[in-house]
Amino acid sequence: MGRLATFTRRAFLFGAVAVAGGAAFGFYKYRQDWPNPLDKDAPEGAGVFNPYVMIAPDNTITVIVPRAEMGQGVTTTLAALVAEELDVPLSMIKVDHGPAGNAYFNTAMVSAAAPFYEFDRSFMAETVRSTMGVAAKFLGIQGTGGSTSTVDAFDKMRQAGATAREMLKDAAAKRWNVAAADLKTGDGKVTGPASGQSLTYGELAAEAAAIEPREVALKARPDWKLLGKSQPRTDMLAKVTGAPVFGIDVVLPDMLFATVKMSPRFGAKAVKADAKAALAVPGVSKVVEISTAYGNGYGIIASNTWAAFKGAEALEVEWAEAAYPADSAGISKVLADRLAKADGDVMRDDGDVDTAFADAPADKVIRAAYAVPYLAHATMEPMNATAQFKDGKLTLWSGNQAPTLARDFCADMLGIEEDAVTVHTTMMGGGFGRRFELDTALYATALARETDGRPVKVTWTREEDMRHDQYRPAAVAEFAARIGEDGMPVAVEASIASPSILPSLMARTYGMSPAGPDKLLTEGSHDQPYAITNYRVTGKKADLAIPIGFWRSVGNSYNAFFHESFMDEVAHAGSLDPVAMRLTLMKDWPVATALVEKVAAMSDWKTPLPAGKARGLAFTLSFGTWVAEVVQVAETPDGIRIEKVWCAADLGTVLDPAIVKAQMMSGIIFGLSQALSQEITFADGMVEQGNFTDYDALRMSQCPEIEIELLENNSHMGGAGEPGTPPAAPALANAVFALTGKRIRTLPLGKEVTFA
Amino acid sequence: MQLTVNGKPIEIDADPDMPLLWALRDLAGITGPKFGCGVAACGACTVIIDGAAVRSCVTPVGSVTGEVTTIEGLGTPEALHAIQKAWIEEQVAQCGYCQAGQIMNAAVLLAANPKPDDAAISEAMDGNLCRCGTYPKIRAAIKRAATDMAKGA
Repeated sequence: MGRLATFTRRAFLFGAVAVAGGAAFGFYKYRQDWPNPLDKDAPEGAGVFNPYVMIAPDNTITVIVPRAEMGQGVTTTLAALVAEELDVPLSMIKVDHGPAGNAYFNTAMVSAAAPFYEFDRSFMAETVRSTMGVAAKFLGIQGTGGSTSTVDAFDKMRQAGATAREMLKDAAAKRWNVAAADLKTGDGKVTGPASGQSLTYGELAAEAAAIEPREVALKARPDWKLLGKSQPRTDMLAKVTGAPVFGIDVVLPDMLFATVKMSPRFGAKAVKADAKAALAVPGVSKVVEISTAYGNGYGIIASNTWAAFKGAEALEVEWAEAAYPADSAGISKVLADRLAKADGDVMRDDGDVDTAFADAPADKVIRAAYAVPYLAHATMEPMNATAQFKDGKLTLWSGNQAPTLARDFCADMLGIEEDAVTVHTTMMGGGFGRRFELDTALYATALARETDGRPVKVTWTREEDMRHDQYRPAAVAEFAARIGEDGMPVAVEASIASPSILPSLMARTYGMSPAGPDKLLTEGSHDQPYAITNYRVTGKKADLAIPIGFWRSVGNSYNAFFHESFMDEVAHAGSLDPVAMRLTLMKDWPVATALVEKVAAMSDWKTPLPAGKARGLAFTLSFGTWVAEVVQVAETPDGIRIEKVWCAADLGTVLDPAIVKAQMMSGIIFGLSQALSQEITFADGMVEQGNFTDYDALRMSQCPEIEIELLENNSHMGGAGEPGTPPAAPALANAVFALTGKRIRTLPLGKEVTFA
Repeated sequence: MQLTVNGKPIEIDADPDMPLLWALRDLAGITGPKFGCGVAACGACTVIIDGAAVRSCVTPVGSVTGEVTTIEGLGTPEALHAIQKAWIEEQVAQCGYCQAGQIMNAAVLLAANPKPDDAAISEAMDGNLCRCGTYPKIRAAIKRAATDMAKGA
């Protein structure tokens, strides 16, 4: 860990300097390019144009999409960015994730951490964001997260396609002794002014790739042929024919199978263990101790996965006690106590909240307390990774959202150099933030040390997966508002207490805990486009040693529930229509008002519904994307039925409408699943839930009709993967209130009402 | 022990208690059926045995007497089944992990009920979980496949 810790401290120091002072650090580091990861293993005769484009003599055009495909469509949209500029149809492109490479650093993911409101596009905010982009290059972390893939790739990958195209033209111009400007490109060919002058990209690739790239202007939007239009997904055929595209499908010669049994009490170690019964299971060959900052426990190696599962079941272990309260009641008390303390990080402080409340008449003040539980990611594909350690070299096969980190940390574990590690990033059966973590790769590496050079595929049981997550943290909040004479809020004060994700993540990776305010803790509450004269939001970090991580939409996943439920309460307290109130509060942000008007029109908001039906509205700006959702519910003999969801979203530029709509739909259903039934609880220091039998998600029969419209009023491109999720739960809770008069301030709502 | 999978006999050396899923995946190298839960709660492992949708993760391989069809045997990239074509037309899959199970389950539904209404689709497909939330598209694809299959596509 030594080498990594030093590097990271340096990098974070740089990040801090960049934020505080504006790039005091030398820019030479920024200019210094990371090596092209494709140079190492490029096939004979292929032209490697840049880290994204490689063309073989037979005209196979490989585009590297160095982001994790977990369903969000990056293997289509990012490939289309290159194809658009390269002048080839998407069907001609072979999409490959490519090797782990620092050159694939994600600028947008780091810039998003800048300490500004999402809607703040001032010179100062933009300067800091761009300076942090410089830090991103220095850090060189290849990562997929924060709904940043398209935002980050938009210029980079179009530029990669455009420069390659011009290099191919230059090569052809040289051959034909004509001016490059007179040449045309299309369908993977360069054609010249004379008749019959035509060469495939493949025929030109080797010489073209050797030409110095030059500055190229990108196509203007009206000239786009692929972008802005829905494309057939490049991964669809494989996924409907059962092709082995996932990490769990990896099959290698001489491969062993394994599983893990890690301490169900986080951070605890085994007090005693007896492997005799486990080793007696036919097929089980070895039980290996695993000790990492992610967890302690055992790996069970066998001749097939089922034998490994049975071996794990038979392994007798007594685990030490947990260093956190043993049950949910104790955990809730830690959160409640933290919320009750006055100190915290003030993340928004408009006007004078104290004075506004000081002289408020009691009947003009409303207060509400909210709470949400821990949540598991529960990806469809259980955690797994395959590793082989042979001749001092490690090869990893894993669906992961952070390949360079997996490479670096696994190298560190084995005490080998990073270039002795090869990472094959597979497609992943769901990510939702879970596969950013390094536990699967580290555990597989720990087992690969013990298999004499044979590859070992490590598959977790669903129960192991559910009970060893890095959870969406539990959170509690108190909101108060002073209602003015006109019914509008004069003052809003919010305090939110929750464990902070970054310290949890940093502790299990770099062994350090960053101090300072955490904007993820209050995102969705402090950074929304509402103009309220007196408006204060305070984040309070709670200390709980339960591992937490990024769960689709992160802090927005609970803050939206708090904030938008409360906005609905404010509207009702002031006898205002929730749509009308928002239009007034948001009038400084026309992008927001246009969306609210749009979703109101889509849902026919102004027309009253018959008895037994009701609607609820919620709005959240997250990941640069503005989203308004209306949920309609109906009373039925079997309970409350979610009939329909309308969603209007503004991402600025929409690169692929069908994929973006699919992401919004996915995000909505993910959010409704959270709202209906999901809850991770603790007893005896362990997670109680283990499978879809006690931690379920929305099913076909409960799935509402969903209608989505995309607007493009925003001046900046936003993300697609996460922003659909936050408004779903509060829109549903608000609809349930409108239907039943029952205000539910805790999730899941299914504990208070029955859903049909 | 002998099994017939996708029309081909295969010989495997398995404990009869081993779930069919692991026999297929780890011993026969047939990875289309997916491991999701191990307790028949998600449907990702669905295969067809004698015309019935079977959760292979809880079916002991020793109990299997009929012919097993997995997604690989339903259709291939070169010769797609009408249901797979409908899935492509509707662009159903996102992460795609549950889709083999969804398609196999839908195949059994459509064999029994060539024109299922919304209630029949909900009932038949409720045991197949999708964390990406592709349900509205699955529903549309089943309806499309029903229409196409009625036309003899």
